[in-house]
Amino acid sequence: MNRIHQKLQEDKKILSIYFTAGYPSLNDTVKIIQDLEKNGVDMIEIGLPFSDPLADGPTIQASSTQALKNGMTTSLLFQQLKDIRKSVSIPLILMGYFNPVLQFGVEEFCKKCQEIGIDGLILPDLPLDVYQEDYEAIFKKYGLVNVFLITPQTSDARIRQIDAASDGFIYMVSSASVTGSQDGFGNNQETYFERIADMKLKNPQVVGFGISNSETFLQATKQAKGAIIGSAFIKFLTQHGVDKIGDFVTGIRK
Amino acid sequence: MNYNVDEKGYYGEFGGAFIPEMLYPNVENLRQQYLKIMAEPSFKKEFDQLLKDYVGRPSPLYFAKRLSEKYNTKVYLKREDLNHTGAHKVNNTIGQILMAKRLGKTRIIAETGAGQHGVATATVCALMGMECIVYMGEIDIARQAPNVARMKMLGAEVRPALSGSRTLKDATNEAIRDWINNPVDTHYIIGSAIGPHPYPDMVTRFQSIISEEIKWQLKEKEGRENPDYVVACIGGGSNAAGTFYHFLHEKEVGIIAVEAAGLGVDSGESAATSVLGKMGIIHGCKTLLMQTADGQITEPYSISAGLDYPGVGPMHAHLYKTGRAEFIAVTDDEAMQAGMVLSKLEGIIPAIESSHAFAILETRKFRPEDVVVFNLSGRGDKDLDTYIKYFKL
Repeated sequence: MNRIHQKLQEDKKILSIYFTAGYPSLNDTVKIIQDLEKNGVDMIEIGLPFSDPLADGPTIQASSTQALKNGMTTSLLFQQLKDIRKSVSIPLILMGYFNPVLQFGVEEFCKKCQEIGIDGLILPDLPLDVYQEDYEAIFKKYGLVNVFLITPQTSDARIRQIDAASDGFIYMVSSASVTGSQDGFGNNQETYFERIADMKLKNPQVVGFGISNSETFLQATKQAKGAIIGSAFIKFLTQHGVDKIGDFVTGIRK
Repeated sequence: MNYNVDEKGYYGEFGGAFIPEMLYPNVENLRQQYLKIMAEPSFKKEFDQLLKDYVGRPSPLYFAKRLSEKYNTKVYLKREDLNHTGAHKVNNTIGQILMAKRLGKTRIIAETGAGQHGVATATVCALMGMECIVYMGEIDIARQAPNVARMKMLGAEVRPALSGSRTLKDATNEAIRDWINNPVDTHYIIGSAIGPHPYPDMVTRFQSIISEEIKWQLKEKEGRENPDYVVACIGGGSNAAGTFYHFLHEKEVGIIAVEAAGLGVDSGESAATSVLGKMGIIHGCKTLLMQTADGQITEPYSISAGLDYPGVGPMHAHLYKTGRAEFIAVTDDEAMQAGMVLSKLEGIIPAIESSHAFAILETRKFRPEDVVVFNLSGRGDKDLDTYIKYFKL
């Protein structure tokens, strides 16, 4: 059982925060992680920046572009994180696109993650069938939880398949959208949240995309185990820098 | 050796569908339907009819007498430049719009670099009365004003891609994002033999009319269906895929793919993906692609806007890897000179993309009795500005 499993067993709604490594400044990574934990965040997705982030909206893409300009690379991120487990104990997940992982070498990448104490991976463009055929054994060898996405368009049969292949949580994309593209949830989302809750999946669900404040966090976690905030946090960092992270977190968990 | 796609969507080790889950329902539905729909008699009938009456097919296979004399071999030109809208692109957009209708889609999106695929898409949307949104890099919009105007006249909305390098690769990203945001009513007409399976195969099949016609046309002219060589320029690779398709398994036919070397393969300003690319994932498929050691996709360069794509279709990556096709890289200068030679000797001003293919005649020796078929993928009207500046006309 790794830190993700332990965290999901706690009797509380999980607040998870995404940020792009190397943004706003190249060496902010460790400070952001430490401050998020200090202020009560339950889990962190560390974004490995990519030049062509297909599933992301303008906010996360801009932060990725800036992070790459700042000089962020896969090796450098691992270097920055090498002592992270001396100061941080909440689950840490790396989130990124598959090509940089492929170029680093999938097994080498997983091995590094284990050495550092990374608990899981979210790679949106690594599809279920390819994962199962080529990579599942490697991920498991290094104790990594792989997280799959579902969306309102995902069929029940496919959701069952993903649930069976998952061992951690399911990343429930709140609507048909890229990241950061909407504010507030409507009836469509309510229906979708209920539909998923009624399926009684074996894995808990954590909702992402479209969560930006305490209201949307509460709505999203009415049924689901937790929620992930990304673009809204990146916007906050853009406006306020890295010194007031506590203000952002308390704003969500009023 | 099989050079066609396998049932899992791969050409050897290349291909597949590396897409986020948000795209899965649409791409999976397309995968399950596309061959069935293409095999329907009503589909075939409508497709063939439109290619004949609207596009103007079959396009001629023309024996280029003066070019043949100059290079001492038998040069034939497959005249895709004579198609409606001026290039091979329309073969694919006609096919895909008919596909979209049968899938029940009402809204069409596309990406475009130079604007040729955008115009071909806007054209078929006008023809079918469908909403059309074309994503185009902000920089390309500025460079290709006449095509932007054409798309607008045809009723399409041209949306600028403002992210990244603001060119074709980013327009493709934006189109994919639009599809993620509009999963129910929208079909994405990809313009090249790229993207997640089944796109490379579907686009190749729609373009394969090119080699299908070459076969019977050559039979009429030379008494044999198979030439000694087929030659095509290659960016993403849709015209090349169509030109090669029916010859892939004909061993006696040599296949030559001509890439854009830009200022030179090693100049840092190039689009010669087979030389400079490494296996990676771009726009949903595993293929050869130009990238940094860290896996970030880099920006290619060519004087020809239709060839500066950082990847290459997975079928072509396989043809390269297996040695089935010979890949030759041609610089901007060589291509421009070849465009001038064709204009002066045959009275045909080619698109700069196509000029790249002809440029190999200067260096690649053929025997006098060889029959060499070049795909003349597009006409040069759109490139007049570039020709004017280059030759100070």
